[in-house]
Amino acid sequence: MYAYSEFDTDFIAERNRQFRAQVERRIDGSLTEDEFRPLRLMNGLYLQLHAYMLRVAIPYGSLDSAKMRQLAYIAQRWDKGYGHFTTRQNIQYNWPKLNDVPDILDALGEVGMHAIQTSGNTIRNVTADHFAGAAADEIADPRPVAELIRQWSTDHPEFQFMPRKFKIAITGSPNDRAVTAAHDIGIRIVEKDGEIGYQVIVGGGLGRTPMIGKVISDFVTEEDLLPYLEAIVSVWNVLGRRDNKYKARIKITVHEHGIDEIRRLVDARFAEVKPTFKGVDQQLLAEIRKHFHPPAFRNAPTDAFDQAYENDPVFRSWADTNLTEHKINGYAIAQISIKAHGETPGDASAEQMEVMADLAEKYGHDELRISHEQNVVLPHVHKSDLPALHAELKKVGLATANIGLISDIIACPGMDYCALATARSIPIAQEIAVRFDELKLEHEIGDIKIKISGCINACGHHHVGHIGILGLDRAGVENYQITLGGDHSENANLGDRTGPGFPAESVVDAIETIVRTYLAVRSSADETFLETYRRTGMEPFKAALYPPKEEAKADAA
Amino acid sequence: MPRAFTPKVVTGNALLEGDVIYFTDSDSWTRNLKDAEVITDEAVAQVRLLAAESQAAEVVGAYLADVKVTEDGPEPTHFREDFRRTGPSNYFHGKQAEA
Repeated sequence: MYAYSEFDTDFIAERNRQFRAQVERRIDGSLTEDEFRPLRLMNGLYLQLHAYMLRVAIPYGSLDSAKMRQLAYIAQRWDKGYGHFTTRQNIQYNWPKLNDVPDILDALGEVGMHAIQTSGNTIRNVTADHFAGAAADEIADPRPVAELIRQWSTDHPEFQFMPRKFKIAITGSPNDRAVTAAHDIGIRIVEKDGEIGYQVIVGGGLGRTPMIGKVISDFVTEEDLLPYLEAIVSVWNVLGRRDNKYKARIKITVHEHGIDEIRRLVDARFAEVKPTFKGVDQQLLAEIRKHFHPPAFRNAPTDAFDQAYENDPVFRSWADTNLTEHKINGYAIAQISIKAHGETPGDASAEQMEVMADLAEKYGHDELRISHEQNVVLPHVHKSDLPALHAELKKVGLATANIGLISDIIACPGMDYCALATARSIPIAQEIAVRFDELKLEHEIGDIKIKISGCINACGHHHVGHIGILGLDRAGVENYQITLGGDHSENANLGDRTGPGFPAESVVDAIETIVRTYLAVRSSADETFLETYRRTGMEPFKAALYPPKEEAKADAA
Repeated sequence: MPRAFTPKVVTGNALLEGDVIYFTDSDSWTRNLKDAEVITDEAVAQVRLLAAESQAAEVVGAYLADVKVTEDGPEPTHFREDFRRTGPSNYFHGKQAEA
């Protein structure tokens, strides 16, 4: 876990002092809202439907127990006792008062956190594989480079007023859990002839115009990475369409100019930028690496795990769905689902956050992660501790065994909170989870990812959901479009629309129709939803969703 | 032919609390849509919006929202305004909890 240097701490304190004064000046009338708005957005403070919303960065989704406890404290002290974890590994507070925000930022500063660049046309929080440093399939831990990018991009003078926001994600595993292909820049750690390097993907993004990113370089060496990233952002900063915000993201720049031309411009800019780096970034990276040494893993028997697995069916079910293979023998990665059936995806109460902090300290080498799928991860738990961990999670409603299943839904806040939303997301997610829990079909269905967005901006990643749901306003009524076959992984793919959308009352029935069609046409119980869809295409799903008029009438009669 | 003017209220968010507020006919703000001034004339609407916006210490992002006039006072015509005057659907928070 990176610990702030004296420089970092002073920088945050100074920014918070400035913001406190800006809030005072807004309240006493010295600043207009037009003057204040960009200042509050630079510090992560939005104004939403019912209240202000403060978005706090959780760099590459990594936390320790002290940070998690402080997030719980803030929820309790200044908000309504909960927080919402987002698809960008951040946390959002939905109810802060303007007067309290400077105090909240100071409280964050105490544990080395802030809300800087969680909004505005800047480089946003760098996201990473939530299994970083733990995954069995990992080539290298992406967090040191993610931290280097965080330091480079924070308050970077050239990149404070860009054409639009800019998002970077990094994975150290070939199994891409960080959705790198749907980011402005995606970075994949690769190995060539024994050397670690970086494949760089550019121009991905979801939203209004979804695009899968294109490889701009197959292999960038470690010492070239930061100047190379700077060259990309710099080229886009000049070329990007400031005349039209819908065409401003780099995905459009890449699309309009072509990847070959962008590569040529980036290479030319790189030649200018590279000599200015002089190796300072590499010294910094070496320093950062010291913060990310693996914990002192234990070598102990796993009898307690084996016994519980054998004798306790509830534990076994949880272990089968919520655990992932760890790179160290005897360890597991444990995911804590914050998607209990009928609850709001991604929300955790202050009490739950405190319990998760305690458990991380007790059983997890003091590490926690937030996944882009809106769950919490304990990346390093020795198997012998898992039965005790599970028992304690059960007490606070955190032992739901549904990771990767149909109720493990990504949902943006939608029109229950968000000022941009065109329809609600949360109630649809709640209803789907409850429906399939009641049908007791969840485990039979197996691996499936449903992702819901309440507007075309696609915070809920609907384009890359196996089933994607997009909520729209159709003539003053909530209406939901469905896509099938999206994929967020290394085989990234955008889903296909089934056809006309469904009103709120029938969208959950439509999802059930899709799932029942899958169960009927899959070649075997081992064929996942996505595999079935790739084999059969849209046809059987479309036929089930939109029966011919005559037949529909006959059914109704 | 220009579209007929539909009744409107001036609404926005409170500067300090951030919650939904409505402009009244006495140039003050209310948290209850029932007490809002209903504007039925387009020219008046622009004047009232300017009056509301001039209270920069009270309101952020004032705008005109459609309402329909009922026996119980103004009611939202769009679901977004209905959520704004109620609160989120996943928790009993916001306006619905304060009534």
